[in-house]
Amino acid sequence: MSAVVIKGVSKSFPAGVTALTDIDLTVEPGEFVSLIGPSGCGKSTLLRIIGDLVKPTAGSVSVSGKPSAQARREHEYGIVFQDAVLYDWRTVAKNISLPLELLGWSRPRRAARVKDMVSLVELSGFENHHPWQLSGGMQQRVSIARALSFSPSLLLMDEPFGALDEMTRERLNAELLRIWDETGSTVIFVTHSIPEAVFLSTRVVVMSPRPGRIATVIRIDQPQPRTAATREEPRFFELVTQVREALAAGGAPLGETQEPALVEEPA
Amino acid sequence: MSAIAVERPRQAAVGALGRGALRAFAFVAGLAILWGLWEGYRWLGMREHWTWPFTVNNVNMPHIHSILQAFDKPLQPGGPPLRHYLFHYALFTGKEALAGFALGAVVGFLLAVVLAHSTLLRRGVVPYIVASQTVPLLAIAPMVVLGLGTKGVTPWISVAVIAAYLTFFPVAINTLRGLHSVDPGALELMRSYAAGRWDLLWRLRVPSSLPFVFSALKISATASVIGAIIGETPASLQGGLGYAIVNFNQYYSIQPANLWATIIVCALLGIFFFLMVVAVERIVLKRAPEYVA
Repeated sequence: MSAVVIKGVSKSFPAGVTALTDIDLTVEPGEFVSLIGPSGCGKSTLLRIIGDLVKPTAGSVSVSGKPSAQARREHEYGIVFQDAVLYDWRTVAKNISLPLELLGWSRPRRAARVKDMVSLVELSGFENHHPWQLSGGMQQRVSIARALSFSPSLLLMDEPFGALDEMTRERLNAELLRIWDETGSTVIFVTHSIPEAVFLSTRVVVMSPRPGRIATVIRIDQPQPRTAATREEPRFFELVTQVREALAAGGAPLGETQEPALVEEPA
Repeated sequence: MSAIAVERPRQAAVGALGRGALRAFAFVAGLAILWGLWEGYRWLGMREHWTWPFTVNNVNMPHIHSILQAFDKPLQPGGPPLRHYLFHYALFTGKEALAGFALGAVVGFLLAVVLAHSTLLRRGVVPYIVASQTVPLLAIAPMVVLGLGTKGVTPWISVAVIAAYLTFFPVAINTLRGLHSVDPGALELMRSYAAGRWDLLWRLRVPSSLPFVFSALKISATASVIGAIIGETPASLQGGLGYAIVNFNQYYSIQPANLWATIIVCALLGIFFFLMVVAVERIVLKRAPEYVA
């Protein structure tokens, strides 16, 4: 059974903007798929449609064989946003256990899982810190731990490292691959960084704007596990060039950001 | 490991000590300046025979030290000093104000929680909540006392109800605003977990609204004292600061310092209530320091 099946998905906003048109994509379990494209290509909207946070105008999405609405209700996925979206009034440990509380887990079971998650994202010793006492990179790790705490089969990530500096981003990229390897979950990852997409992914989905559509899908054949050395191999540069050219062919040069970000309609 | 933004403890301790000393100094300096202004105006007004906006004399502006001395003077020859009476009056009014504050806070909060869930209800009810505050307290106080009195309610509880009438308003309005000030990202996160209304309310909306609630509680804390004092007057309730004010008003031309002393006690009671709210806020609100006023 495929992890995610997207069939003929289109999305128009009431203002008459067509965010996405006729998207077809299938993601297999254990894959790491990046959605890359310039601002306004609808990549974040597509991620939210997979998560049933935005309803498509046409088409259907299934996650683990269930319709996306049912998949959301049955906690099939965890999500990480660009902002960590941590609750200020909760400690690191309490933030991680939030979804577990909502799922009605018992206190000892929650505590045990939080302990595992804290060590998974290497934040041991910071359990009782509050979010505002952490750096941006650490906050994002808490957010990842929270998303994975209830062992969802699918992890949705919306430019999770977009607000971080390059060095922190590269370190978290490596950590994310380790976590992906340890948990065996499927990841769909939205980014606008070409090296990040190539380094992380098994497949890169290149999208183009106006209207948002899939321009091409590039398989990343670099071996696992990937390390800092991966970034220096000639094959890495070839793939980066390949993605860059696909983006250019898709119509919009990278870095074009004058287009307003799509506004979410109220849920 | 990433750097974390925590102050080094030693520096923080020295800083806290320094800040404490500075705060104490500012407080004393503030008192000294007020004292100087009062006595300066008095001295200048009496020398120049000012009559506008009021005639400056021993009745209208007694010396600060005579006001302070009044605390020690017996009210009747051979009786206990004024401070003895004022202390008990303050306890009585404080009891009414505390009950009124608690009642008003709970009613205001619950009202906001209910209103937060329905736009229609909000449109219908909020104008009446606003209108309720334009009704003069002095006009409704006797009605409340008489009305509740016929139901066998003790007068001091009626006064607490009057105080609550004044305190529920800021709590309701601010909590309502707080419940709607939730980060959209946090709402999306809760939606991704398929969280129900109840979880959304208690795990997200209410905690997000707490800084707003505490701002309102600070206003309500002082308002509850005012409400209790004003409520006592038309209720003809004896034993509180409102009664003392009415009483000392009648002897103002002979013993102005007694009224002034009562005013000081009223102010201290209000400040005490305010500081209690600040203390609870410090404990409850574990936020980034910039959010805690």
